[in-house]
Amino acid sequence: MHRLFQFKGGVVLKEHKKDSTALPVQPAKLPPTLTLPLKQHIGVAAEPVVAVGDEVLKGQLIARAGDTLSAPLHAPSSGAVIAIADQPIPHPSGLSAPCIVIETDGEERWRPRQRSVFNFAELSAQELREIIRDAGIVGLGGAGFPAAVKLDPRGHEVELLILNGAECEPYITCDEMLLREHALEVLAGLLMMRHALNAQRCIIAVENNKPKAFRALHEEIQNTGANVELVEVPTIYPTGSEKQLIQVLTGKEVPTGGLPIDIGMVCHNVGTAYAVYRAVEFDEPLISRYVTVAGSVAHARNLKVLFGTPLGNLIEECGGNRRTLRRVIVGGPMMGTAMHSDTVPVVKTTNCVLVESVMHDVPLPSRDEYAMPCIRCGNCAHACPVNLLPQQLYWYARARDFDKIQDYNLFDCIECGCCDYVCPSQIPLVGYYRYAKSEIWNQDAEKRQADLARERHQFREFRLEREKKERAERHKKKRSAVSKAGGDDKKAAIEAAMARVRAKKAEQDSAPKNTDNLTPAQQRQVDEADRRRREENPATSPRDNKAENTQDRPQ
Amino acid sequence: MLSALLALGALGILFGLLLGYAAIRYKVEGDPLVEEIDAVLPQTQCGQCGYPGCRPYAEAIARGEADINRCPPGGETVIIALADLLGRDPKPLDEECGEEKPKMVAYIHEEQCIGCTLCIQACPVDAILGAPKQMHTIIESECTGCELCVEPCPVDCIEMIPVKQGLDTWKWPAPPPPPYERPADDDDTAPQPAGAH
Ligand code: SF4
Ligand code: SF4
Ligand code: SF4
Ligand code: SF4
Repeated sequence: MHRLFQFKGGVVLKEHKKDSTALPVQPAKLPPTLTLPLKQHIGVAAEPVVAVGDEVLKGQLIARAGDTLSAPLHAPSSGAVIAIADQPIPHPSGLSAPCIVIETDGEERWRPRQRSVFNFAELSAQELREIIRDAGIVGLGGAGFPAAVKLDPRGHEVELLILNGAECEPYITCDEMLLREHALEVLAGLLMMRHALNAQRCIIAVENNKPKAFRALHEEIQNTGANVELVEVPTIYPTGSEKQLIQVLTGKEVPTGGLPIDIGMVCHNVGTAYAVYRAVEFDEPLISRYVTVAGSVAHARNLKVLFGTPLGNLIEECGGNRRTLRRVIVGGPMMGTAMHSDTVPVVKTTNCVLVESVMHDVPLPSRDEYAMPCIRCGNCAHACPVNLLPQQLYWYARARDFDKIQDYNLFDCIECGCCDYVCPSQIPLVGYYRYAKSEIWNQDAEKRQADLARERHQFREFRLEREKKERAERHKKKRSAVSKAGGDDKKAAIEAAMARVRAKKAEQDSAPKNTDNLTPAQQRQVDEADRRRREENPATSPRDNKAENTQDRPQ
Repeated sequence: MLSALLALGALGILFGLLLGYAAIRYKVEGDPLVEEIDAVLPQTQCGQCGYPGCRPYAEAIARGEADINRCPPGGETVIIALADLLGRDPKPLDEECGEEKPKMVAYIHEEQCIGCTLCIQACPVDAILGAPKQMHTIIESECTGCELCVEPCPVDCIEMIPVKQGLDTWKWPAPPPPPYERPADDDDTAPQPAGAH
């Protein structure tokens, strides 16, 4: 039995997971168009390699990675590229961003696929990472960090690889369904990841509210004899958060501002492991994922969705009424964000579409409209899993004191919403933290801009002064040269200058400037004269070019 | 190809050295207060404060000659920061200098440009690209929005346009004031489907 630890804080939530696990996963209907944002991951946007009008096959590369911290993009289905333009993306701002839009032809024609090897253990870690990178795989659990980068130990010794199947947020069940239906594949993917990282130990962590997923995994581990530990962790929100899960499993804390790799650990999501398996074993890029559709829909369930499918299509497919929508949340009720429109597409990081109708039947944490003054009860500090003082953060955010708020470690906040959830005054605390964080990021960006402007301004002043000096110097030199030169030298200089003037004059004489807009007859005359002059004196031909040009003119 | 790369690299190094030299050459020794004040100013270099750039204004403040409320691009934020720094009371922006506006960038209607280079000479941060008789263009990322190039253009082809709101500059809005702080008769406080929280 694995010894477990506890993190401080957290909350026990109503799960709401039963509804969406009753039905088996099925592929979502193929929509007429797929809209694929070029940036579905953390890092630089991908760069399109197709043009409008191009025919694409399912799985074909349509945008390549911008740099190492980026991920390529593949066509989720066959069809034609009908636009590469700004389209609304699933982002809390409601803004648009560059997307590739594909009109599907319904034939689902795959590009030719070939298995690179029959045994992944023959591949080097680097080769494995390249396959994973080229398949466009990013972390499917949350932020969408390119998986290949996170599978590169970069000189660190990786003691423990954790596969995160905790899935602690209410309503979301896509990882659970994946484990139930594809435990063997997830396990195989994990072994590949382990190979890439050269990790000493592997743990799969599953919350104890998913007995079926646990059993499926247990069976496969038994059958295959894989050297992997399967651990059931208590269902306390937010156990599924990376740093909290590490704490539960090992008792170790990731240092403030640090990464798990700093203490020899790497954490990946079960969905990512499955994608790795599909890429290595079937040469299949990441083009679809499991998405939970839950909340105010008739048949909450998980669908296997091609990226680019509009959220609204999924909602209709699950018996939701698009006209009575109050809001559509991407993600769970605790950490998800509300969308401005249900036409935005599913992307690589979309794990759940939570639908709330006008009837308010989805219990969510605080809403602005009920907020009351803070009574300093301290509940929030009690619930915070990272030991922050949410109430202080709230005061400083309201006062716009962005220096003080950082002294209270605002940037350690994982926006889990526990504080928000337990606050008896219903204060939208996380809203304040998000606001404060983005204000600070913006101020930092402005500061960088100002520094750049200062530098450029200084450089300009420097340049102006230098130019002034240079001019003065040139002037001085010329003057002294003229005054110093006496007798013959002076004569020679004058002679030379006059020769220059003569030469220039001759050039001007032989190259009249009024030869534009000539009639054909006049042009012939000019050409004749030119030819005569050339015959007389073949050396002078300043107008050769011009003459040829005019001859080419359509007559 | 290689020679081009090398040439570009050499140019890069040259300019880097020049910049570095300029930074050292123009470092003002002695008065750290000027440095501190200058660090707070937005570096728009627009001259609206009545001084030929942010640094001269910073020097004037340090000498006690200028008030702290003369920088419109910095607006309230800068006034508060200056008040903090100097231990004074913040005061509203001096209306004589101008008003606080959202940040803009200059845009040249290129088909109208006659290539007179006057705008280049006016730009305090060398954010305009061009040569005599050639079309000119603004390097958007370097433009501080100072508006100094607008006036000199003889054909009026420079326009100030608002900075495009992009994902990288988008900010989470502050949560609305809580109900107990809203005016009682205000009916427009209906909940808005903004954040999930
Ligand atoms: S949202 Fe932030 S402050 Fe609130 S409980 Fe979670 S980590 Fe703590
Ligand atoms: S839980 Fe809410 S009311 Fe209690 S101290 Fe925290 S912010 Fe204040
Ligand atoms: S008004 Fe502000 S931004 Fe403009 S030059 Fe003066 S200090 Fe700089
Ligand atoms: S001042 Fe106007 S016309 Fe002259 S170069 Fe600049 S943009 Fe062109």
